[in-house]
Amino acid sequence: MKERIGVYICHCGGNISDYVDVEELGKMFHQEDNVVISKDVMFACADSNQKDMVKDIQENNLDAIVVCSCSPKLHLHTFKNVAARAGLNPSNYVQVNIREQCSWPHSDRPREATVKAAGLIRAGINRVSFSESLENIELTVKKSVLVLGAGVAGMKAAIDLAKSGNEVFLIEKDFFVGGRIAQKDGLFMSGQKGKEIVASLYEDIKKQTNITVFTGTTVEKVSGSLGNFHVDIKVKPRFINGKADKQAVKRAMDECPVSVDDAFNLGLTKRKAIYKNYPEALPDVPVVEAELLKNETDFVAKFASTLNLNEQEETLSLIVGSVLVTTGYDHYQPKEGEYGYKTIDNVVTLPELNRLMELNPEKLVYNGKQIKSVAFIYCVGSRQTKGENKYCSRQCCTSTIHTSLQLKEKYENIQTYHVYRDIRTYGKQEILYDKSSKQGDIYFKYEEKEMPVVEKEGKSTIVKVKDYLTAKKQMEIEADLVVLVTGMVAREDSTHISEMFKIPIGRDKFFNEIHPKLKPVETVIKGVYIGGTCQGPKNVSESVQSSLAGASKITALLKSGTVSVDPIIARVNADACTWCGKCSDVCDYTAIKEVEADGKHIAAVNKAVCTGCGICAPVCPANAIDIAQYTDQGIESMIDGFMHEVEIREKEVNPEEVQEEGKVGMKEYPQIWKNILETMDEKTTIPQVVEKLKVSGELVTYHMMTMNRYGVVVPAGMDAKEEYFYYKKK
Amino acid sequence: MATQNKSPELKSPKILVFSTDKISDPGIDQAGLRKIHYAPYVYVINLPCSSGIKPRWILHALENGFDGVFIAADGHECSFSARCPDHTNTIVETTQELLKEKNINPRRVRMAAVCSVCAEPFVSHMENYGKILAGLED
Repeated sequence: MKERIGVYICHCGGNISDYVDVEELGKMFHQEDNVVISKDVMFACADSNQKDMVKDIQENNLDAIVVCSCSPKLHLHTFKNVAARAGLNPSNYVQVNIREQCSWPHSDRPREATVKAAGLIRAGINRVSFSESLENIELTVKKSVLVLGAGVAGMKAAIDLAKSGNEVFLIEKDFFVGGRIAQKDGLFMSGQKGKEIVASLYEDIKKQTNITVFTGTTVEKVSGSLGNFHVDIKVKPRFINGKADKQAVKRAMDECPVSVDDAFNLGLTKRKAIYKNYPEALPDVPVVEAELLKNETDFVAKFASTLNLNEQEETLSLIVGSVLVTTGYDHYQPKEGEYGYKTIDNVVTLPELNRLMELNPEKLVYNGKQIKSVAFIYCVGSRQTKGENKYCSRQCCTSTIHTSLQLKEKYENIQTYHVYRDIRTYGKQEILYDKSSKQGDIYFKYEEKEMPVVEKEGKSTIVKVKDYLTAKKQMEIEADLVVLVTGMVAREDSTHISEMFKIPIGRDKFFNEIHPKLKPVETVIKGVYIGGTCQGPKNVSESVQSSLAGASKITALLKSGTVSVDPIIARVNADACTWCGKCSDVCDYTAIKEVEADGKHIAAVNKAVCTGCGICAPVCPANAIDIAQYTDQGIESMIDGFMHEVEIREKEVNPEEVQEEGKVGMKEYPQIWKNILETMDEKTTIPQVVEKLKVSGELVTYHMMTMNRYGVVVPAGMDAKEEYFYYKKK
Repeated sequence: MATQNKSPELKSPKILVFSTDKISDPGIDQAGLRKIHYAPYVYVINLPCSSGIKPRWILHALENGFDGVFIAADGHECSFSARCPDHTNTIVETTQELLKEKNINPRRVRMAAVCSVCAEPFVSHMENYGKILAGLED
């Protein structure tokens, strides 16, 4: 129980004190037994106040502090650092939000806002009274990283991580690197081909001696935690004799008697059982689908020295400090009959058209017919009100319009029609939409309630759409090829990856970051980061940006060889626990295990793995688990604090003291303002105040701006060199 | 369930809200930031995850003066667990059973997902829940 508490109640310039009577509250809590200091301060976060707080803590031997100001999201760490600088354990600090959750939402009822603030502050004091001094958990980390997925995002991140001095293991499920980008021809905006980007990145990877690339490799088992993840990987064989000469391998490929649908070309062509995704695919070693050759004994005998069909898969164990997951996405696959897909012969998807275009350099031909008109139907499998994919895949509008422009550049006399719901070519991509409109692409807008229909009428394929751009007229578009603009969906194996690394999955099946804005590449699993399209639809540059953000985070994390992690984790009361396993059942991170201690079976928490979510606590029938800083005593004392009786004196207003509107609502300015005002002549610039006070320019600027806002000073023109503003007292 | 505050104006139901650090608490902050007003009898305790709320805390609140407890849950946005909505729902159901045993109206605990920018929905929840609580006679 803390007995020497300091309470600081912030005016926030007036953001709080204009509605909450902070002076009265300061006096009220000064009367509490265990409160040694209770102050109202102009800006709790100001440097000068932070210094005063450090002094107060040290001079008065405070054992806990409560800061009542803005949301903890803004200044939690500011005041934790104040506590640490004063030698006080930061866990003995509680921040009470009396701005976003009191003065602002209740600015219409100031008196009640003050009553509420009193409850909030008392709850904070109660909570800090039961606070414990917690120490961060120090972990040793290995400077090695597993990058899962060698698409453009993974390859770029691997290079960045390697250049920052980390050992990198780059794992790719396919036998060739590059991922989806290798299937793309010219990319917006550079015009560079996907294959060229892959080749250039692979070249860079080869130069980094600290990157090991594993292709045809999957993750089989993961254990350990931040700093020391133990990852078992399975490397599948290529069944090619490593010593065979390249000409012999090429002959084997050419003469191979077995062909199957080519997955790289989305089934539009056939490939041999000995294959590369495309001639320049990397690593430059083909793969044999051994299963397909089991009946081809003559062929196998002929190439006995080239093929090695007895090669076995290998399981390797890696130890890495951190993991970056960049496993990418799958294309949405339309259901049979969806807009005539697979039931009408000239309906394809956008990715299929992209492959078709690369395979047809001269004339665009599909099913033996030259294509002269293409109708794109947008949002197929995206933004479904009733279906599973509620989200917008956002890169497909740009991708479609880019494809449309390429069609017209590459082939002569092609007309394109765009049947869309909304066009979302955000940012620089709008250039493409503009270009497409100017070159004569025709756009039709539909609404979800009246979806377009694709029908076969004789030999013609017709797209019927109620066009909202022309007063809902029913339009019929005859097209040689109907292209379904399909979006991105989470990879089929994302659940497997999620189970391995315990990464939470969102409703859209993509991996979930902690916070889309504030922690966009971090997951709740310490040391596991996500980047690229495995966390949601992105274009190439956004994918690379996010994976590089993950790489930077990892580099910073592993740099020193040790990391300090938050001590807010689950704790088991060994006396109360009788091991029923319920806590372990609900833990998605396998952080709780059964152990034997003093002759009884109890639950034990792995400190490095526990995320401190608290899901285990309510399910314990013996109430034997709590989360540090969220104990029963702490929470229940807060509830008691909220309910504590409060009497707020009605303030008597002296007409002479009524403030002019816009002026700061306090009797006394903070000391720093007084100091600034004392230095000011008739007209003074900020550098002149800095010179006289011998304090930082930043501090003076901050306070001068605030004094200006509250009408204490006003600007008075610029100096002769027009470098600085003069200010004068109002 | 009677309010104990001495201020004469405080007659509206007192609501305790359990929010979550990463998702619903920023949403509640947003309401303040945008000066969207709601009743000043709403008090918030933030936790890492809504699946970590103990039924005994809810009981403690209702037995010590709060009229209702609202769980501003993470829902499907929870960054800790895909099963969060189920876990939180179980907590609500368990609590409601406990409330029935104590002859407290189970409607005094309520749950809804509140996202990190759900300022208006939060305020609307508070308004509606306040009305429901005002009409309860257990």
